[in-house]
Amino acid sequence: MPTKFQRWKERITATDIVMWFIGFALLVFIILGSILTLRAGRYTPVQWFDFVIYGLAQGSIYALVAMGYTLVYGVLRMINFAHSEVFMSGPFTAYYVAAYFYRSSLLESHPVICLIIVFIVSMTISTLIAFLLERIAYRPLRNAPRLIPLITAIGASFTLMYLFRGLYGTGFQAYPVWEIFSGKWALFKGLEIGKIQVFVIFAAALVMVALYLFIQRTRIGKAVRSVSEDKEAASLMGVDIDKTISVTFIIGGAAAGAAGVLYALVFKQVFFMMGFIPGIKAFTAAVLGGIGNIPGAMLGGLLLGLLESIGPALFLDGFNIAAPYQLKDAIAFLVLVLVLIFRPTGLLGERLAVKKA
Amino acid sequence: MALLEVKNINVYYGKIHALKDLSLNVDKGEIVTLIGANGAGKSTTLKTLSGILKPRSGSVQLEGDELTRYPAHQIVTRGMIHVPEGRRIFGRLTVQENLEMGAFTVKNEQLNRTNLTKVFDIFPRLKERRKQLGGTLSGGEQQMLAMGRAMMSNPKVLFLDEPSMGLAPVLVDSIFENVRQMHASGMTILLVEQNARIALQVASRGYVLQTGSIALADTAANLQTNEMVRKVYMGEA
Repeated sequence: MPTKFQRWKERITATDIVMWFIGFALLVFIILGSILTLRAGRYTPVQWFDFVIYGLAQGSIYALVAMGYTLVYGVLRMINFAHSEVFMSGPFTAYYVAAYFYRSSLLESHPVICLIIVFIVSMTISTLIAFLLERIAYRPLRNAPRLIPLITAIGASFTLMYLFRGLYGTGFQAYPVWEIFSGKWALFKGLEIGKIQVFVIFAAALVMVALYLFIQRTRIGKAVRSVSEDKEAASLMGVDIDKTISVTFIIGGAAAGAAGVLYALVFKQVFFMMGFIPGIKAFTAAVLGGIGNIPGAMLGGLLLGLLESIGPALFLDGFNIAAPYQLKDAIAFLVLVLVLIFRPTGLLGERLAVKKA
Repeated sequence: MALLEVKNINVYYGKIHALKDLSLNVDKGEIVTLIGANGAGKSTTLKTLSGILKPRSGSVQLEGDELTRYPAHQIVTRGMIHVPEGRRIFGRLTVQENLEMGAFTVKNEQLNRTNLTKVFDIFPRLKERRKQLGGTLSGGEQQMLAMGRAMMSNPKVLFLDEPSMGLAPVLVDSIFENVRQMHASGMTILLVEQNARIALQVASRGYVLQTGSIALADTAANLQTNEMVRKVYMGEA
């Protein structure tokens, strides 16, 4: 009878050891950097608080977009790379509505109504794009080998990007500013909190809770979950697979449309490639949380936002690196690498073996 | 006229002729069994009836309604449900949610409640485990859940594919006791089973399937005494 340790030793390969070595080196680097930064005391508690708030706001946008990746992965076992363009299409189109409100000074007199209309327009466009994307680009390839829809997704991403460039031009468009969101609220002891950050966090939380309840509680939500587990068994229960997949794209699209407006409100500009980087980040967030897992996407998004915002200052500043903030993307992906070394299925992802059983 | 009438269906996997002019029928209130060796086409038959596979020719009629023209999910609405081989329950849904998925096509809440009571009467274990995830159940419990889930669709005919697969002999007996109870509660069942001995004990009629076509059709009692069946499928010398 081999002991537990012996069996464990047999399963370890050279690759594992190299990966662990890299993982531990990165971990030591991160811990050392954090200690050095905190020792130097370069940042005040107020600044740390700001980092956290900014990170949460950014992270909740990632979380909303990540839901789209994870939902689609669930039902189709495919990464929808065109999701970043679904995210771009809504706010880019809604910009023209917002600009009209601004010019006609409706924005000043009825800011809330204008905001709601901008959200509705953006979510409608994103939903429509997501729906058509599945119908035109993915459905005909449902039974094709897995690499083919993946390549199609990349093609669809470029097609949509340049379609919108053709429609709306190449320039950056400045999103009008909602006066209700400018400025900060003073909390206690000098702490301040940006109104827009508060709004973004709450709006995103609202959409996420609504989505989660939809998936968990409704009949259609249950159909989505059953299809993502076993398509054939779901159809044997009377679930229309095609319709359910459409629904999945529709909810993912609506979340991306909402996230797009929030993103545009924070960064105050839109352009045809605005989806690219947030799209990759949100995909990363989905993998970080465990792709296919909905709470995982939320957690991954928030975590990634926080890491990006706190990480550069905390991990790098202690080493006296000149411009740590330029490295925030590197930090985000470094943490992804770490998570994947130690937990290949993501934070909340279940092991594949368990899923198959 | 029979409740379910299958006439001369031909099914192909690519170039392989899997079912050859297969005909069978099931009357209301019967348990009919389809026995045969591995690869004889038992599961293929059920998959064709439930619409996962499409026959190249032939007809499947439920109360005179031609079903081959419908996709799988619409066949459920018309009253046939398939408990697939290997149970295929939803492991990440709770037992309760699995049962609700069974009732996916049933909009009548009253009927759902009656059916749920029926299911819990036959499978009290499922009631105890209502809130547990399907994936945490034991093999026997998963089989119960798969059968209960199918009952929730309020079917006219229920297809049962290899309920004994992978279960300990003790559990096989209790699962077949459940099959009898389901039958007693008014289910019409088409049972596919490798374990011919036990299948012929619960069924009233049986078909013997050999390489894609019906070799023998008779009452269960006659099949049990048939020399060929005893030799080939019950392992008697």
